[in-house]
Amino acid sequence: MIWVDTIVQGILLGGLYALFAAGLSLVFGIMRLVNLAHGDLIVLAAFLILTVVNFLGLSPFVAVLIAAPVMFAIGWALQTYVLNRVLGDDILPPLLVTFGLSVVIQNGLLEGFSADSQKLSAGPIEAASLPLGPITVGVMPLLTLISAVVVIFALNRLFYRTKLGRAFRATSDDAVTAGLMGIRPRNVFAIATGIAMVVATIAALYLGIRANFDPSIGPARLIYAFEAVIIGGLGSLWGTLAGGILIGVAQALGAAVNPEWQILAGHIAFVLVLLIRPRGLFPRAND
Amino acid sequence: MTTSSKITLTRAFMALVFVALVCVPVIGSRAMVQDLFMVLTLLVLALNWNMLAGFAGLVSVGQQAFVGVGAYAMFGGVILWGWDPLPAILLGGLAAMLLSLPIAFFTFRLNGAYFAIGTWVSAEIVRLSLAQWKALGGGTGTSLPKGTTKDMLGVAQIKEILGVSSSAASDALTYWLALVLATVTLLAGYLFLRSRMGLGLQAIRDNVEAARSVGVDPLRLKALVFVLTAFGTGLCGALLFIQITRVSPDAAFSVVDWTAFVIFITVIGGIGTLPGPVVGVLVFYILQRALADYGTVYLIVLGLIGIVIMLFARKGLWGMFTEKTGIELLPLRHRALPRSDT
Repeated sequence: MIWVDTIVQGILLGGLYALFAAGLSLVFGIMRLVNLAHGDLIVLAAFLILTVVNFLGLSPFVAVLIAAPVMFAIGWALQTYVLNRVLGDDILPPLLVTFGLSVVIQNGLLEGFSADSQKLSAGPIEAASLPLGPITVGVMPLLTLISAVVVIFALNRLFYRTKLGRAFRATSDDAVTAGLMGIRPRNVFAIATGIAMVVATIAALYLGIRANFDPSIGPARLIYAFEAVIIGGLGSLWGTLAGGILIGVAQALGAAVNPEWQILAGHIAFVLVLLIRPRGLFPRAND
Repeated sequence: MTTSSKITLTRAFMALVFVALVCVPVIGSRAMVQDLFMVLTLLVLALNWNMLAGFAGLVSVGQQAFVGVGAYAMFGGVILWGWDPLPAILLGGLAAMLLSLPIAFFTFRLNGAYFAIGTWVSAEIVRLSLAQWKALGGGTGTSLPKGTTKDMLGVAQIKEILGVSSSAASDALTYWLALVLATVTLLAGYLFLRSRMGLGLQAIRDNVEAARSVGVDPLRLKALVFVLTAFGTGLCGALLFIQITRVSPDAAFSVVDWTAFVIFITVIGGIGTLPGPVVGVLVFYILQRALADYGTVYLIVLGLIGIVIMLFARKGLWGMFTEKTGIELLPLRHRALPRSDT
């Protein structure tokens, strides 16, 4: 019974990782851009929500509605003015630019908000739990997983059922030909990064409510997100969810054996999956 | 000026710089020796990373794995087996080389961006595993036994010749080792890139298919570079932690100290050029000193400069300089032989 409980907790934790990873997966799938600053952008969003909460006295769940459009604008501007200039066959420039961005955001937040741990307070819902048959699950972790499923469902609808999604897929498959058909790849990329930042804001909400955060935690979150994206397979959003859950379950199982092995178990699961399937579990695109 | 006299002049200049650097512990202050030690070790790391990312196309963000393992192997040699720290440095290099084999086996299956993430995860796995090594302090780390660095091979002689305290003599010794390591790494890199294999490596970087068609084996060459740079990085890690005298998983496997700085140094100086890391490390040092009073501002400035360079001048400061002046130190181009027909 303890094992069932551990696995359920792992699945719920995986929901959080999938949320971290969803925006990354979208950007990665559409423009092959590896955004090493994604973790720090999530932390930036968390501080943005915190600022709105402090100034307007709103609940974090409402504050997200104000933070999300701001983050969309940040993502749009970032892609238009910086990242679009470095996209190309050479993977080095985008890697290095986002790496630089990561250092700038991290230390900028450190200067602005100090290294103190912060937390978003959501009231009594934080401690609430639901009995689910023989086991008990926390309401917040459950809400995180549900949000992850909803976000990924929505992104998939957007991707496969809308005009914008068609533009995304066309650009992803062949940016030059898409351009001939009247799509402007650069605009498409900018909108995609904006959407990724909205997803990052949702991830930041749950990050901030469920645990303490400070300016330095971005890269550690980023690494789980990347593992989820890569295990899931390039361009597959449901794959990313599966990848996140796999990492979460591996971490929960590792922690059950020895608390010091939690993170290590997640990394080892990542390596094992890639040794067997170098392109991930459900690769959509071909590279 | 003819080409050959230009080359002679450059060589004389570089020899002069080397001699001046050798004399620093004799005439300079101890603080200066320690500062230059950090500069030289960062240079070694940058030269190695430049070889990986700039020439072999292997963008690793996991070089801290080799620094950390080098440091831990050195500590193991000294604390567990009672070695002198100097041979233990070699142990550090060998341990890093050994570790690079399984890491290469895993990460070489991944390409491009996946490779970068793969190396990063590998470094994390090594860090978390070594944090379980209780004999070397587990997660909190451990220090070298008191007096270890003062009893190192050669310290007594240096103390006598220079007439300084034992700690100053051990600083001088580690400094000279760093100078030797940096010089050897730079020269070895130059000779390697001028060699047949180096030519193959640059051919792969420019066009894999064309290189393959003339008989270059990309996988073998890249693996060779990966393993050799791991050796150099491991040696440097062991040397660094003799000077630091205290090791912990977080310090030895710091992605900021041993990879982020190194990447910025290389990018600012000029990635894919041999003198680039040298220029970059000087810029880094000046920035760090000039902005020392403003906390982490220098990191922000460093990040912004890195971004601007990648956007507007991909060959870095050195590339800009070469383009403007036509001066090349350590040129990698092979000149065509003069035609003998009439």
